[in-house]
Amino acid sequence: MRPITYSRAIDTATAIAAVSADPTSDFLAGGTTEIDLLRQNVLHPRRLVDINDLPLTQIEATPEGGLRIGSLARMSEVAAAPVVRERFPMLSQALELGASAQLRHMASMGGNLLQRVRCSYYRDAESPCNKREPGTGCSAIEGFSRGHAVLGTSEHCIATHPSDAAVALMSLDAQVHTLGPDGGERTYAFDDFFLLPVDSPHREHPMEHGELITAIEVPAAPVARHSLYLKIRDRESYEFALVSVAAALSVVDGIIADVRVSLGGVATKPWRARRVEDFLIGAAAQRSNFAQAARVELIDARATSMNAFKVELAQRAIVRALETLTGDGSESPA
Amino acid sequence: MTTAPAIGQPLDRVDGRPKVTGTARYSAEIPIPGTAYACLVGSRVASGRITGIDASSAQAEEGVLAVLTHQNLPRIAEQPPLVPSLAGTAAPGQTFFPMQDDIVHYAGQHIAIVVADTWERAQHAASLLRVSYEETPPVTTLEQGRDQAYEPERIFGGWLPGRVERGNIDAGLAEADARVEATFTYAANNHNPIEPSCTTAEWDGDELVLYDSTQGVNATQLTVARLLGTPLSKIRVIGHYVGGSFGSKAMIHDHAALAAMAAREVGRPVKLALSREQMFTSVGHREEQEQEIVLGATRDGRLTGIRHHKLSPTSHFDDWAEPSIGVASEIYACPNYQGVYRLFRANTMTPTFMRAPGEASGMLALECAMDELAQELGVEPIELRLRNYTDASPSSGHPWSSSGLRECYRRGAARFGWEGRDPRPGMRREGNWLIGTGMASAGYPVAPPANPQRARARLYADGTALVQAATPDFGTGVATVMTQVAADGLGMPVDRCRFENGDTDLPNIAAAVGSAGAGMISAAVHSAATALRNQLIARAVADANSPLHGANPVDVVVRDGVMTAGTASDSYVDLLQRNVQPDAEASGAWSPPAGDAPYAMMTFGAQFAEVAVDPEFGLVRVRRMTGAFAPGRVLNPKLARSQLMGGMLWGLGQALLEANYTHPRTGRWANASLGEYLVAVNADAPDVDVELVEVEDDIVNPLGVKGVGEVGQVGAAAAIANAVWHATGRRVRKMPITIEDLL
Repeated sequence: MRPITYSRAIDTATAIAAVSADPTSDFLAGGTTEIDLLRQNVLHPRRLVDINDLPLTQIEATPEGGLRIGSLARMSEVAAAPVVRERFPMLSQALELGASAQLRHMASMGGNLLQRVRCSYYRDAESPCNKREPGTGCSAIEGFSRGHAVLGTSEHCIATHPSDAAVALMSLDAQVHTLGPDGGERTYAFDDFFLLPVDSPHREHPMEHGELITAIEVPAAPVARHSLYLKIRDRESYEFALVSVAAALSVVDGIIADVRVSLGGVATKPWRARRVEDFLIGAAAQRSNFAQAARVELIDARATSMNAFKVELAQRAIVRALETLTGDGSESPA
Repeated sequence: MTTAPAIGQPLDRVDGRPKVTGTARYSAEIPIPGTAYACLVGSRVASGRITGIDASSAQAEEGVLAVLTHQNLPRIAEQPPLVPSLAGTAAPGQTFFPMQDDIVHYAGQHIAIVVADTWERAQHAASLLRVSYEETPPVTTLEQGRDQAYEPERIFGGWLPGRVERGNIDAGLAEADARVEATFTYAANNHNPIEPSCTTAEWDGDELVLYDSTQGVNATQLTVARLLGTPLSKIRVIGHYVGGSFGSKAMIHDHAALAAMAAREVGRPVKLALSREQMFTSVGHREEQEQEIVLGATRDGRLTGIRHHKLSPTSHFDDWAEPSIGVASEIYACPNYQGVYRLFRANTMTPTFMRAPGEASGMLALECAMDELAQELGVEPIELRLRNYTDASPSSGHPWSSSGLRECYRRGAARFGWEGRDPRPGMRREGNWLIGTGMASAGYPVAPPANPQRARARLYADGTALVQAATPDFGTGVATVMTQVAADGLGMPVDRCRFENGDTDLPNIAAAVGSAGAGMISAAVHSAATALRNQLIARAVADANSPLHGANPVDVVVRDGVMTAGTASDSYVDLLQRNVQPDAEASGAWSPPAGDAPYAMMTFGAQFAEVAVDPEFGLVRVRRMTGAFAPGRVLNPKLARSQLMGGMLWGLGQALLEANYTHPRTGRWANASLGEYLVAVNADAPDVDVELVEVEDDIVNPLGVKGVGEVGQVGAAAAIANAVWHATGRRVRKMPITIEDLL
């Protein structure tokens, strides 16, 4: 653990000025990723600017029927908020199925979006990793890749984006609001906020150094009142998804009027399953269509020998999620 | 010893309050003024040679006191052989000591120690070391080593033969009406106790005190003495609180001696704590392995032959394999048997004991194969096991000192509701879930220590007693049960007795390993306590002023500190005070049964599990488990039940969760963290029902205690795997069973 300068910012402008002035500095929110990785010699900030005192903790219903979440709202607070439970159950469920109770109390929503990958080789400072040390190679491709991605991968990185909440927010067409080093407000569409690894896996989002997430905005989405988050993992709690699905469905007279599907655990970013949605809009809400849509989504999947099962599992999870929402999928007793 | 009040009571832990209030001090929490902090550096590569270490920037950091590497660390005096710590001799985890030359044998091998005035500075300076290597391709996986496998003469620190045979295996299998052949693979496992290992070392001249997180303070003392060439009389080892071990602290790994060496180098006390990541590379592990088992049986289910072969990697220095063919070779009557270990040299540290070492993996193979045999023959699984029940060890022919196995089947089955089970797989469905049940036998050897175990009892004239033995309590509850044993031995209430332990200045006890702790320590404590009681009785009957004067000592009974013979009585306190004696003391020793005693000793049990499998997702969730065990006398049912329940949940982890893998090219572990190496959490834990089947055993030790630390794990994974088959019709022979195996 290297020597670190620590300061506690009292307002947003000061925080941004402090970080943008020093390329070796990082914001510190809940610290549930940053501190771990710092202790493991994976991240090497020389200065931490604590932003926990900034007034960015609100969870507000918008008059249009949407939601605005401050970047420092804690996962557990957002999960419990009545407006979230009522309007966006998939988000509440995704948050509650993430991490552990202790972590959810600490971790911020902004930090949740920026959490680093769980790839063992990224987290082992001694192993080659293009994300941690560009140009050193990807250890996962021929290594232990059971949890790794099958969509959005490149020959340089196959690490899975770990967030559950971001998968739900992807389905909800959320926007990320930031303040740049110049003090200007910026807004990113959720899909644009997460970059595919391509040939620069160390770049995970489009923000510049010193830019601060201030809020996550979720537009009104009546379809989301009938939504769920399905998470499949080996361990019943405190484990990242092998496959997850954030789905919302609206069926009118047996025909799908609106549908949202995103996938977690299988892609290098929270993965909006647009092919599923395009296939299903206007189609009959039935298993064969769900299965066909899922097949189309995974058709370009590229797997290793260890994670090939995810291609099939993801399809089954999509079908299960949509069947559950149509009401004829069985509920789980266990 | 007649029935006595304290033994058998569910007494709360005597160390419960200090633990939950945080006043218990573990080895990393001993406040010694001037303590410096040591940080170990592990090798990045798994195979090769260190070509250079640039320590200049590390040394230049403020507060850094020393950077020790193979270039400047003093040589060890002597490398003791690897002998299991139960033997009561030096017990290094491997016959390799780091930083004696530039060769790298495995990833994470300790190649440097950085000592600084604070932990943070030591960590930071360690990260500044620049080490260059000449790398050679490592061998770490079964696939990489399979072709170089050899058959070792002996394994397990030389304690066990590499091959065990009886009868004629080929003839036995040839005469069989039915055969089951199955190959099981097992991922490597890590212990993950809540407290990472730590040693704090303090020299005073040429005398050394070590605060060590260990299963045996004497084992630490004996091992460090040999490595450093220091007389035993000048090393004291203290381990008052130990936060779990599961075998990771059963052997003495190099950090203990390295802490002492570092402390000598810097002339200050040194605290050396392993990081969570280092717990995956510094204290051994359960090796990755493959087991092939062949069962032959007659049409009515009597075993005619068992062939059991195992392949696993070991280090470059030791022929180690956990003894998977031990209990599995003994538990059923079978005249023809062959068990063979095959090893290959790999870039790994020597694997080590991990809870139910060998029994858990070997019985998984046997009990899953027995389930297949039951299916093939159409014999009910418990009935198949009863047909192969034996009253005696099939290898020695000696009768079990006690068994209780049939009662375990009967009571376990009754509690679980096994009777009337439809044997056909895939017949029960609840929503998306297929439901199945399975069972297995459990067995764990009763392994006495190799030499006498000692304890000391002292009674003060105020009527309180102090009973002492060196053993640490690494979370098992031994300090609590020994308080009970002491109270009954003395004839005193338990709240007037204190058990002091975890210090080599106290009477010698071997490392509490192999589930032997409760048996051997209770024997020593009972011996000391009854010796003191007899001494006081003798004194009373000889005391002209005692109401007991002239009584026959054998007629005197003691309860609540009062000696009574007929209508006459005298109390311990009165006796001592009358004679102006501040205290009385006695030592006790127990010599374990000789190796050639005509008995075989094993703890038995029966395991049952119900699982739900979502076949579309390949998900397995355990819904309930029942285990019935016959551990001899139960000293404290509350603690015994906790131990057995913990073992059963370990079986759940073995069956469904726990796995580590090395990278085929770098040889580094992939899952060296608690986030990625999955241990069962509360949400995974089903309803666990433990039934204690008490059996009398006059052979194993004076109180008839056979141990509960490990048998709870044996067979639990097999019961789950068999239940998965019963739910789905699929035999998965890879541990852990994960989603991809059932899709």
